[in-house]
Amino acid sequence: MRRFTLLALALLLVLPQFAAAAGAKEKVKAGFIYVGPVGDAGWTWAHDQGRKEMEKLPFVEPSTFIESVPEGAESERVITGLVRKGHNLVFTTSFGYMDATLDVAKRNKDVVFMHCSGYKSAENVGNYFGRMYEPRYLSGIVAGKMTKKNVIGYVAAFPIPEVIRGINAFTLGVRSVNPAAQVRVVWTQTWFDPGVERDAADSLLDVGADVLTMHQDAPATLQAAEARGAYVIGYNSDMRSFAPKSFLTAPVWNWGPLYTKIAQEVHDGTWKSESIWWGMQHDLVKLAPISDKVPAAVKQLVEEKTAAIKAGKLHPFSGPIKDQDGKVQVAAGSAPSDGDLLGMSYFVEGVQGTIPK
Amino acid sequence: MLEILLDATVRAGTPILFATLGAIINERAGIINLGIEGLMLIGALAGFAGTQASGSLLVGVLAAFGAALLAGSVHGFITVQLRGNQIVSGLALTMFGIGTTALFGRSMVGLTIEGFERIAIPGLSRLPVVGKPFFNQDLLIYFSFLLVVAIAFFFYRTRWGLALRTVGENPAAADTCGVPVTLTRFLAVTVGSGIVGIGGAYLSLATTPMWIENMTAGRGWIAVALVIFASWSSYRALAGAYLFGGITAMQLRFQAMGTTISAHILQMLPYFFTILVLAISTIRLQKGASQQPEGLGQPYDREDRK
Repeated sequence: MRRFTLLALALLLVLPQFAAAAGAKEKVKAGFIYVGPVGDAGWTWAHDQGRKEMEKLPFVEPSTFIESVPEGAESERVITGLVRKGHNLVFTTSFGYMDATLDVAKRNKDVVFMHCSGYKSAENVGNYFGRMYEPRYLSGIVAGKMTKKNVIGYVAAFPIPEVIRGINAFTLGVRSVNPAAQVRVVWTQTWFDPGVERDAADSLLDVGADVLTMHQDAPATLQAAEARGAYVIGYNSDMRSFAPKSFLTAPVWNWGPLYTKIAQEVHDGTWKSESIWWGMQHDLVKLAPISDKVPAAVKQLVEEKTAAIKAGKLHPFSGPIKDQDGKVQVAAGSAPSDGDLLGMSYFVEGVQGTIPK
Repeated sequence: MLEILLDATVRAGTPILFATLGAIINERAGIINLGIEGLMLIGALAGFAGTQASGSLLVGVLAAFGAALLAGSVHGFITVQLRGNQIVSGLALTMFGIGTTALFGRSMVGLTIEGFERIAIPGLSRLPVVGKPFFNQDLLIYFSFLLVVAIAFFFYRTRWGLALRTVGENPAAADTCGVPVTLTRFLAVTVGSGIVGIGGAYLSLATTPMWIENMTAGRGWIAVALVIFASWSSYRALAGAYLFGGITAMQLRFQAMGTTISAHILQMLPYFFTILVLAISTIRLQKGASQQPEGLGQPYDREDRK
């Protein structure tokens, strides 16, 4: 009897693997590593919305997420934990997880890893991100039209290419409709600290900014603008409830379509490692509905530009583009390569502020 | 400009000030409390939830005080009654705070309330430079001013304050004099924790009137360090909290003004001052001027009296 039990147990352990190997149609059990709490109303919240949308697929088992995982060495342990628990698809959703993701992937070739916002990949590691600079550019048009004092404040997290690219795209949008306007940048050196973000936003209002925007994970900038009667453009997710009077629009993430596609591919066995950098064309990034405080003519203009970007007729970074010192960075008639965009480390003309080096 | 800077300093310093004051009350009675960060989060959530449910900021502040007091009583029970390890219990309290607020706060994310508004004190708020920063603030900030004075008065001018300090310095002596050591310590931990909770509520009711997970972002740990900087004095706690608030406010404003000073140097300032402050307090410690309660961190058991 005892021997029988052992045999049954052994079969139980082995059988699921046979089943998985036999049928090409795999069940997808996905795990997500988040850098912040799902309740941050921003970056992580947006990823979690995408996760929920992916779960609607019939072959996707209830997925797992682990919040507030510190970047770096600690994350390797957490990712390994997900693999041990039988996840066959793991999304790591912050830049700092890149090396840990590759390390774990090396030891677990049968698991598919997708790393967000990085540049490294492997046979079983793909990376993905969105061309957030497209809706940023559009939101800049709105800001440029709505400012009266021609001073626009930008609360920025860290001086890395992703953030710099956003500031530049936004500024190019602003200057495309209002060449006299300036964008002032304050670095907070944190992704998530509502108190400091609020203070940074206040400091920009103190120097006369009448439109604010930000690249942070919390909606504190919106509250600062609301309290002082300035306009504000959000980021990450539609945050209008935090600033009902001041909110204009927000460039937002929409991860659902991408997560659904990846899960489908893993299920079909057609997944291949690639670098995905989708833009507005794929609906991965978009502009939240524009508030009624914005004149219809401006809305119309943004709609036209949106259509042009989606059709590939308009590139926010098409030259000529000069940097802060007046040096030409992108020649007239050309557009920077993806590599140039991903490594962007200068401010365009019209930005007031410095990039700490 | 100075006026604006001072104003931002006071607003950034206030949550840290409440937390430091609460921690000082704990430590004056001889109990180390590393649960400050967790208590602040509990206060922030309870304050927000209380205001959200009742529509009254006063109810929110009381809820913050009460919830943090309740959570602090667990630390009090473990460290005072059971004489457990204060460090471990405190760290556990922080983790408990982070976890429970994340869990119970989920339904609060995205909701909004009307936060504290500025109320100008007639006359005083017209003073040049100091008028706006100190006399055109919200009620919680005025309350923090009162609390600083009240705590100093309590420690040095009342019988109960003397009893509390004695319990922290030399519990056996206090016991001999008939001071109920266990009760005094327990009350210090719970009430101190409640005040820490108000510091958290300042963030969710005044700084940014909303609830987001982990919104204290490490301020509790700054408060733990400030207790030493303040050498257990409420006045120096005020100075320390404003110093830290002020440096952050200053470097952000320099950036906003578009100064050509490298942003790196500006961002170095808080850390530079932290080192400076640590060096100064260490030198003072070595000169024997330390105010650290003698019995800090030591559980008291009457049976073990020597």
